[in-house]
Amino acid sequence: MYEIIEKAELAHTVYFFRVKAPMIARKRKAGQFVVLRLNEAGERIPLTIVDSNDKDGTISIIVQEVGKSTAMLGDMGPGDSILDVVGPLGRPTHVENFGTVVCVGGGIGVAPVLPIARAMKAAGNTVVSIMGARTKPLLILEKEMRETSDELHVTTDDGSYGHHGFVTQILQKFIDEGRELGCVVGIGPVPMMRAVAGVTKPHGIFTVVSLNPIMVDGTGMCGACRVTVGGKNQFVCVDGPEFNAAEVDFNELIMRNRSYLKEEKAAMEEFTYHEGAKCYEK
Amino acid sequence: MDPKDTKGRVKIPRQKMPEQPPQERIRNFFEVPLGLSPAQAMEEAKRCIQCKNPLCVGGCPVNIEIPWFVRLIAEGKFIEAARKIKETNGLPAVCGRVCPQEEQCERVCVVGKKGEPVSIGRLERFAADYEREHGEVSVPELPHSTGKKVAVVGAGPAGLTVAGDLVKKGHKVTVFEALHTPGGVLVYGIPEFRLPKKIVQSEVDYLKRMGVEIVVNAVIGKLETVDELFSNGYQAVFVGTGAGLPNFMNAPGENLIGVYSANEYLTRVNLMKAFQFPEFDTPVIRGRRIAVVGGGNTAMDSARTALRLCPEEVTIVYRRSREELPARGEEVHHGEEEGLKFQFLTHPKRFIGDADGRLKAVECARMALGDPDESGRRRPVEEKGSEFCIEADVAIIAIGNGANPLIPQTTPDIKLNKWGNITIDQDTGRTSKKGVFSGGDIVRGGATVILAMGDGRRAANSIHEYLATGVW
Ligand SMILES: Cc1cc2nc3c(=O)[nH]c(=O)nc-3n(C[C@H](O)[C@H](O)[C@H](O)COP(=O)(O)OP(=O)(O)OC[C@H]3O[C@@H](n4cnc5c(N)ncnc54)[C@H](O)[C@@H]3O)c2cc1C
Ligand SMILES: Cc1cc2nc3c(=O)[nH]c(=O)nc-3n(C[C@H](O)[C@H](O)[C@H](O)COP(=O)(O)OP(=O)(O)OC[C@H]3O[C@@H](n4cnc5c(N)ncnc54)[C@H](O)[C@@H]3O)c2cc1C
Ligand code: SF4
Ligand code: SF4
Ligand code: FES
Repeated sequence: MYEIIEKAELAHTVYFFRVKAPMIARKRKAGQFVVLRLNEAGERIPLTIVDSNDKDGTISIIVQEVGKSTAMLGDMGPGDSILDVVGPLGRPTHVENFGTVVCVGGGIGVAPVLPIARAMKAAGNTVVSIMGARTKPLLILEKEMRETSDELHVTTDDGSYGHHGFVTQILQKFIDEGRELGCVVGIGPVPMMRAVAGVTKPHGIFTVVSLNPIMVDGTGMCGACRVTVGGKNQFVCVDGPEFNAAEVDFNELIMRNRSYLKEEKAAMEEFTYHEGAKCYEK
Repeated sequence: MDPKDTKGRVKIPRQKMPEQPPQERIRNFFEVPLGLSPAQAMEEAKRCIQCKNPLCVGGCPVNIEIPWFVRLIAEGKFIEAARKIKETNGLPAVCGRVCPQEEQCERVCVVGKKGEPVSIGRLERFAADYEREHGEVSVPELPHSTGKKVAVVGAGPAGLTVAGDLVKKGHKVTVFEALHTPGGVLVYGIPEFRLPKKIVQSEVDYLKRMGVEIVVNAVIGKLETVDELFSNGYQAVFVGTGAGLPNFMNAPGENLIGVYSANEYLTRVNLMKAFQFPEFDTPVIRGRRIAVVGGGNTAMDSARTALRLCPEEVTIVYRRSREELPARGEEVHHGEEEGLKFQFLTHPKRFIGDADGRLKAVECARMALGDPDESGRRRPVEEKGSEFCIEADVAIIAIGNGANPLIPQTTPDIKLNKWGNITIDQDTGRTSKKGVFSGGDIVRGGATVILAMGDGRRAANSIHEYLATGVW
């Protein structure tokens, strides 16, 4: 059991948790994630490790309520325990001194961007960040991003705060201004990552995205997380989660993430319905 | 019966295993063969003529003293029979159910030369079940602690065998398992109706009672590397991480919604209990028509699982003919009783989806068997222009696994073969890295439970020797 030590609401339906997991806290590097299972009947869901504290043995996660499992986690709080937490999974971010790194975070994607921005900063890069959300109340981690970045740009789709528009517009502006960009890291909803790749690819700017396919084991055993990268099947949980954006088949990922739309909806609606293994469709 | 009455013994017919009737069992996940009754078991045991030179023992990869335990059953000494088996096999309730007996112990049984062999596997299962159900599983007295610590990576049959053998020799053993439940393929792969999970659970509990520590949610290579295990005070490490990374065909459309690897499909249903969705949170696409690609045990397990999730039709698509099917005859027979269909000499070429990316058909080609290949089996060759479509909204790819990369990635000094499997010294289970031993599917590629256990036994013996002498 992994105890929740602290909880905070960052935005509507977006929560921050600090969870006791000393072994994971000691090993974890930027870019890695955990898979957790809330209870005996729970599914295994992957979440990025946003931060860790080796001294008190905690890891931090930020979760957005999008379905049953994340909503159940959202209902938990300090003193509650999560049944299983496994990690740190995935390969750590490749960090080096690129000169200038642009960190682009969309929505909840700012959560995984933050540790990468910190690591890039620590490696001597100039970190320029762009973070965006649909609307102001959904912006998270602005203070932390500002502390970490040499320069921060904020956008909202509805213009309620910062630049009125999309994160990619700012990125495009940098390119038009002829800024020297060593590396771009883009994390957010898949369509946003696809758009980032679309902006940088024609200019040959090295761009990294962190993919969020549906996972089961997270250890390379099942293949649920496969994504086509450079024409080849890659298992995101062991080969990723970060890949060269120019090579990712984003449309396939968007399609595959819709696999269980019907079931996910049913799960939300029928929390307690139980027919066991019985065949009720015949 | 007179013990020397060989003729009378061979006249006894092989006892029929009681089973759930097909129409009933495809509506549940309960075990299909129900187990012999005590009377049946004693009768079956009498069929063994107690050979002086029992070939069956040589046919068993761990050389269980078969005539001995069978005689105990014939005498009604069921608990003693179970103990006898356990001297050589730590998981008899499992092996009695899933061993390919017809290719091992029972293949060479002399009674089988003229009629049907003694049902060694069923008797083994009977003894183990009897012992477990009668609450008489006693923990053996353990020797004085040696003070040595061994880490076992992976709680599959190989790792669990190593752990059991080494605690019995007085060592302290910690098993690190990546998933949230120990058992390996026994819990995530082989379905409940073939191997009830409570049996695996009770074997694991038995190890815990003997003092084995099992740490779940521990992915070695990520949480700790093999080298870190050594610096944390473990003096030897056994790597039993099993097969990983399911193979795909690289056919167009293979990533459409509804195309699963067998590992994913079985894990969702067995380990995560998707058959009880939405009471359990993990979903699986139930489908209406399901195509399963492959012909081994994994394909058969996937297909029979699919039948229980209520589709209209489940078809095995296999590129060779019925004769070459690698799955056990018993499983094929069970599948057919349950309504499983077969398309032999058929190979999928392309997966076809609808506008939402959901699978709707599999385009296949007919194959003919050509000249034998390296494996000695006749190579299937495609018949030009023979393409046709099988309607399917779920396809399950069961064409084997590659090797899991997590340990090699972080421990480069463990030597691998060209397929990524760990290479070991055959006699000792030693890898190229000092203090590290290995066995099971990570060494053999896909093999069997009993071979993985045999590897574990051998490795445990050489780990014991290594800990005593320190000589590598
Ligand atoms: C490497 C990685 C890191 C992630 N990091 C974060 C994070 O830091 N914060 C965060 O809020 N979310 C993160 N996610 C996404 C998060 O895992 C999903 O939102 C969550 O699993 C949804 O579960 P649910 O039951 O609440 O929703 P559901 O109703 O089941 O599904 C809602 C959506 O989540 C996706 N999803 C469902 N099950 C899974 C699964 N097992 N694995 C992956 N996606 C799934 C579905 O495609 C669907 O679009 C990450 C995903 C990955 C792969
Ligand atoms: C569907 C299916 C049906 C089968 N049917 C039969 C049958 O009827 N009869 C038969 O004899 N054989 C059968 N087999 C084969 C048999 O199950 C395997 O040969 C056997 O389980 C191998 O045992 P193992 O201990 O080597 O590995 P596994 O059983 O694969 O166990 C390995 C364990 O290691 C864990 N692990 C992996 N990596 C790590 C890591 N880095 N850190 C920690 N833990 C890790 C895994 O999670 C797993 O629990 C079947 C296999 C499948 C897939
Ligand atoms: S372990 Fe397997 S091969 Fe050995 S006796 Fe039992 S069923 Fe036969
Ligand atoms: S070979 Fe058959 S008959 Fe002979 S001892 Fe073994 S089981 Fe009995
Ligand atoms: S989640 Fe199963 S292989 Fe990646």
